[in-house]
Amino acid sequence: MINRKIALTLATALSLNQLVFGENWLQYRGTDHRGISIESETPTTLSKEKNIAWKTPLPGRGLSSPIVVGNLIFITASSTADQSRLHVICANTDNGKIEWNRQFWATGRTICHDKTCVAAPTPASDGKHIYALYSCNDLICLDLKGNLKWIRGLMQDYPNASNSLGLASSPIIVDETLIVQIENDSDSFVSGINLKDGSNLWKLPRTKRANWTSPIKLNEKEVAIQGSEGITCVTAKTGKIQWSYSEGASTIPSSVSTPGGTMLYVPSNGITAIKPRKDNNTPEIIWQESQLRPGTSSPLIVDNKIYIINRAGVLNAAQKNTGERLWRLRLDGPFSGSPVSSNGHIYVASERKGIFQSIDISGKEGKISGSIELGETILGTPAIANNSIFIRSDGHLWKISNPKG
Amino acid sequence: MNSLPLLAEQTPIEAILAIGPEGKGNTKASEAWGKLTTHSDQKTLMMLFDAMNDAGPVASNWLRSAAEVVFKNLEEKQIASSNVLGEYFLNEKNPSKARRFAFELIKRNAPEAANEIIPGLLNDPSPELRRDAISLLIKKGQSLENENKKDSAILIYRQALNSAIEADQVKLLSEALKRLGTEVDLPKHFGFLMRWHSIGPFDNTNRTGFDKVYPPEKEVNLTSEYEGKGQIASWKPIESYDPFGKVDFNKPLGLLKETVAYAYTEFESASTRTAELRLGCKNAWKIWVNGDFIFGRDEYHRGQKIDQYKMKIQLKKGKNTILVKACQNEQTEEWTVQWEFQLRVCDETGVAILASNRKATPTQDKTQRRPRRPKKS
Repeated sequence: MINRKIALTLATALSLNQLVFGENWLQYRGTDHRGISIESETPTTLSKEKNIAWKTPLPGRGLSSPIVVGNLIFITASSTADQSRLHVICANTDNGKIEWNRQFWATGRTICHDKTCVAAPTPASDGKHIYALYSCNDLICLDLKGNLKWIRGLMQDYPNASNSLGLASSPIIVDETLIVQIENDSDSFVSGINLKDGSNLWKLPRTKRANWTSPIKLNEKEVAIQGSEGITCVTAKTGKIQWSYSEGASTIPSSVSTPGGTMLYVPSNGITAIKPRKDNNTPEIIWQESQLRPGTSSPLIVDNKIYIINRAGVLNAAQKNTGERLWRLRLDGPFSGSPVSSNGHIYVASERKGIFQSIDISGKEGKISGSIELGETILGTPAIANNSIFIRSDGHLWKISNPKG
Repeated sequence: MNSLPLLAEQTPIEAILAIGPEGKGNTKASEAWGKLTTHSDQKTLMMLFDAMNDAGPVASNWLRSAAEVVFKNLEEKQIASSNVLGEYFLNEKNPSKARRFAFELIKRNAPEAANEIIPGLLNDPSPELRRDAISLLIKKGQSLENENKKDSAILIYRQALNSAIEADQVKLLSEALKRLGTEVDLPKHFGFLMRWHSIGPFDNTNRTGFDKVYPPEKEVNLTSEYEGKGQIASWKPIESYDPFGKVDFNKPLGLLKETVAYAYTEFESASTRTAELRLGCKNAWKIWVNGDFIFGRDEYHRGQKIDQYKMKIQLKKGKNTILVKACQNEQTEEWTVQWEFQLRVCDETGVAILASNRKATPTQDKTQRRPRRPKKS
């Protein structure tokens, strides 16, 4: 009996990252939802000839990031003239071969701004299943082999839960609960979805205002929901509201937290660093810097610094504890996707021509250490796993890594 | 002694068809999906397709993905046949999306035959199948145009346009024909409703007008007048001159903000039938048909497209009334000037249903100009 208890405790203690062999990237901005890979030795000085391991054509458009489970990459896409065909695609990380491509019909409205598309939200995984959400509010769960586990037509259930510009919030998994944030001018809500059958564990009404931010993992139990009014912290399993920050926040870039959720960096009046209190009263504002104003990209924290890409495509570095600005570096922008980091570098791809850039952040000032022109519009955020970076356009999925041997 | 009748065990197909809202029935459907996809026989494949005839949108997705796997099983065993699928595809009474899916599977199995079939799909009830046939004609027309064979190109474009229902293809064809000197009556082609009576303005301060019931929602009497927002509201005739049927409240009422207006029209149907109302609107809106509320949405200035909203309705033979409520909000940016909607009546495929007494498409006095700047009311 004791042995069983110990085994169960150990199993619970294992992070999602360890469920499948190798390093995983299980959701938007990675398993820990902070856009960082600690393990990967990713390439730094980039060259098209040496570092593009493979390039695989995709059957449809998409802004969603790839996610990685073991040696499999999962990605969503939407195709046909009205983008009413939804795809969940599984490819092999070694060679880019498409293992399977499951297709579904959109059951909700597919209208969106021409720049975005129906496959905008990044899917999430618990290491065993893939949870794919689309702008038409179809939510699909498949196992890693492509076997269908459940489907929700959220716009069938809630006919006014849509945004005519398109939705983009990426669901995340916290405490075995899929957090889905659907915010728009009409029927807005955030819901905790049961991973097993897709039913609602809880559903909270939200402000009726368009919002493209994603839920933010604070710690193993709590999630921060960002909207025009600010931040609401809820318990992932129950939806119980813990605390709120009501100074307003952006509806495009999402906040980022430190491990354990001890600090949350909110795109609010530039960036506002808030510290949740143990008694759940209004969080303490640690600093606020109006000059650190992210454009579309979400902020990134690496070690003791916070990094912001502003509307002009300038990367700003600041001290994460004080907000003190340290250096600025003009990148080849503009950017819609968010930066990610590994191996002492930041990676981000520009919208125009898909210029994939690596920025060395190990020194006193940042410097661009390499770039590859992928030649296609890229609006999504890269994924990092097993020493490789995966990035997609409307047409292709790329693996960028160091040459073998 | 009477015994209780045994409850018949639910078949896998029945389990999938039984799924309900908010994820109800997903667990049983998942088990059923697992059972169905272990099969690799034509009978199971066709059972899945046949079930799509009775399935709602979400259940159809369960069935579709199961059929995809069963077909792959058949392919792997090299026993996939196009014949039975072909029968399903050829029956135009089957659901459009399912027929398109059947065609795609046939194409995987017999690509040459599928390509031969495409030109014959010009008037198919499935918009996706029809689209392929129209694309072929567009390419042919462009080729003739490039060869400077103007008359032949016009003929081909005209033939394509007669069948085209999707806005992007219709626009492309009408532009091509215009380039070659042939005008197209787009409102008639789409079935846009061009003649209305409008009334307003009513108050929408703080966006509260969407939920308020103003007099036109209780009765439509075109001779009545009401106390509006800062003025008397009375019914006025309004015509659209827009090629895509946009009815602009700014024209009769001025560039107002935080206001509500209504538009009323009558549609003479040749028969009792089902139909679709298809709306494009970037203001908050509600629609009633024959006094029954159909749908409403309180979103402002997020985008407008032809066929943005599709609503199934029942038309009765003779006169049908249509009432549209459109709310303008407080925003003053240039891109929030629009206070308009575009509404058409069509069948499920998207082919226009024209009123039996439809008048010629109205034409505009081109000397009229429209101010663009909004003002706060």
